[in-house]
Amino acid sequence: MFTEEELQKVQEIRSHYPTNLAAVMGVLHMYQDKAGIVDEKGVAYVAKLIDVPEEHVLGVATFYEMYHQHPTGKYKLQVCTNVSCMLCNSDMVLKTIKDRIGIGIGEMTDDGLFSVHEVECLGSCGTAPVLSLNKQYHENLTPEKINELIDTMKAKG
Amino acid sequence: MIDYQPVILPNIPDLHKIDVYEQHGGYAQIRKALGMKPTDVIDIVKASGLRGRGGAAFPTGLKWSFMPQQGDKPSYLCVNGDESEPGSFKDRQIFEFNPHLMIEGILIAGYALRIKAAYIYIRGEYETWVRMVEKAVADAYAKGYAGERMKETFGTDYSVEIYVHRGAGAYICGEESSLMNSIEGKRPYPRVKPPFPAQVGLWDCPTTINNVETIANVPVILEKGADWFKSIGAEKHPGPILYGISGHVNKPGVYELPTGMLLTELIFDVAGGVPGGKKIKMVIPGGSSMPPLRGDALEGIRMDADSLKAAGSAIGTAGIMVMDEDTDLTRILTRITHFYKVESCGQCTPCREGTGWMLKVLNRMLAGEGESKDLDLLHSVAGNIEGNTVCALGDAAAWPVKFAIERFRDEFEAELRQELPRTIVPTVT
Repeated sequence: MFTEEELQKVQEIRSHYPTNLAAVMGVLHMYQDKAGIVDEKGVAYVAKLIDVPEEHVLGVATFYEMYHQHPTGKYKLQVCTNVSCMLCNSDMVLKTIKDRIGIGIGEMTDDGLFSVHEVECLGSCGTAPVLSLNKQYHENLTPEKINELIDTMKAKG
Repeated sequence: MIDYQPVILPNIPDLHKIDVYEQHGGYAQIRKALGMKPTDVIDIVKASGLRGRGGAAFPTGLKWSFMPQQGDKPSYLCVNGDESEPGSFKDRQIFEFNPHLMIEGILIAGYALRIKAAYIYIRGEYETWVRMVEKAVADAYAKGYAGERMKETFGTDYSVEIYVHRGAGAYICGEESSLMNSIEGKRPYPRVKPPFPAQVGLWDCPTTINNVETIANVPVILEKGADWFKSIGAEKHPGPILYGISGHVNKPGVYELPTGMLLTELIFDVAGGVPGGKKIKMVIPGGSSMPPLRGDALEGIRMDADSLKAAGSAIGTAGIMVMDEDTDLTRILTRITHFYKVESCGQCTPCREGTGWMLKVLNRMLAGEGESKDLDLLHSVAGNIEGNTVCALGDAAAWPVKFAIERFRDEFEAELRQELPRTIVPTVT
């Protein structure tokens, strides 16, 4: 699964801590970046790699929102709907997405290109409303900006 | 407008670059600290009156003094940049615009507390900022300011390692004992206190947890002196503070100003007032966990721990959320409660179950099927969560509900009678 270079990165992460267990989050992040998902196979792989019990890795992987146990779209539209974004019309963000690609919270397009997720406060309250596309924040959203963003992703495929 | 020159986020282009930071006096304060006794450094921070900027406003110097000055076990420092409290977006500014100030603060705190390794915990969603901080830390290492090479650079016996630990999306990790379990690679359930982290912390070793902004104040205190720091802002809660102002204001953003500013001055003068000149219905002064204040009773309330306590709220993270007169409070309270239900770690029954029950009742009200007695039920459930959990998340979930009902009962009753519109009128179109 991991390349030689990635295995070195695992070693580096491991060296930050006095225990193997503490490396679990960093290595799970690496796995998800590569596989797009942390499924049973991923849990087993990470457990073996850092030599900790599988059930421990599973316990961690299932606790956090950002390790996905189920497939997501290639482009994850993670829309904040918490208070400051709600006050600045996150309803508009969800509606614009729905009008454009036909899906709402918890859904994925049939081609697997997009999925929409409701997320908790992203720490962008001063530039609300905001969404995170995969790892990139897009702030001060307007219908035009959202449509442009979706067009760009569609063109990339 | 108030005459104040920012020191945490000064207006210096490219200050995030190590060369620019050095040109503006960067890494001179760690040198100064290394010339003093560690306990003297703690005494200066104590004398400055610095209080934690992460929510509890605990005196930083006092917290530091709980750490053992000698012992066989290594000591650790955790810098809390989990920043997940709704309405808080300030630590991100430090990561982006002045990361070396935080790093220098870590070095100074590290020396004062005999720290072996410091972990900067950054929420997972902030990946862009994780990369920025990793770059800044790498630059500090390359210049010999951190790690083994410190000894050579500063001609001292002391050295500290600095690591960045990235979270993965869990509000609970901002709670200090949960944060430590998260770093250890365990499921991040909060720990029962006592024992406190200064005795039994990370890997059962003495540990101090400080917020990013708190740590960033430390080099400033060393540079300008405890007396200068004490002279800024509120007497019992002094210093510069990053106010995050969001919601229904014309100029939302993070503003560095002295503590103790009038809430009305911040909303109307600093953040440009409410769009359309509307009245304010509700203000949450310190992130969504803090008791909400009535918009018609803001006069004279100052943004410091004591003034807000007297007003029946708390400073929290100084993340101020402003809601205008057309805001649907049932919807806001439902959204806040949804947040705490999702983020409850599930360890304590009152919080795990209570947040779910409150959400059920609120959803019923939102659907137009609520009754006046639902408000009493909500208040009762909130009261049974508060004070009955291992960590403060239970209180954080209970307070918005409890105090919103106590302070806005008239509003909720009107909404229940369907006399008020069921939508939030947006200010951004």
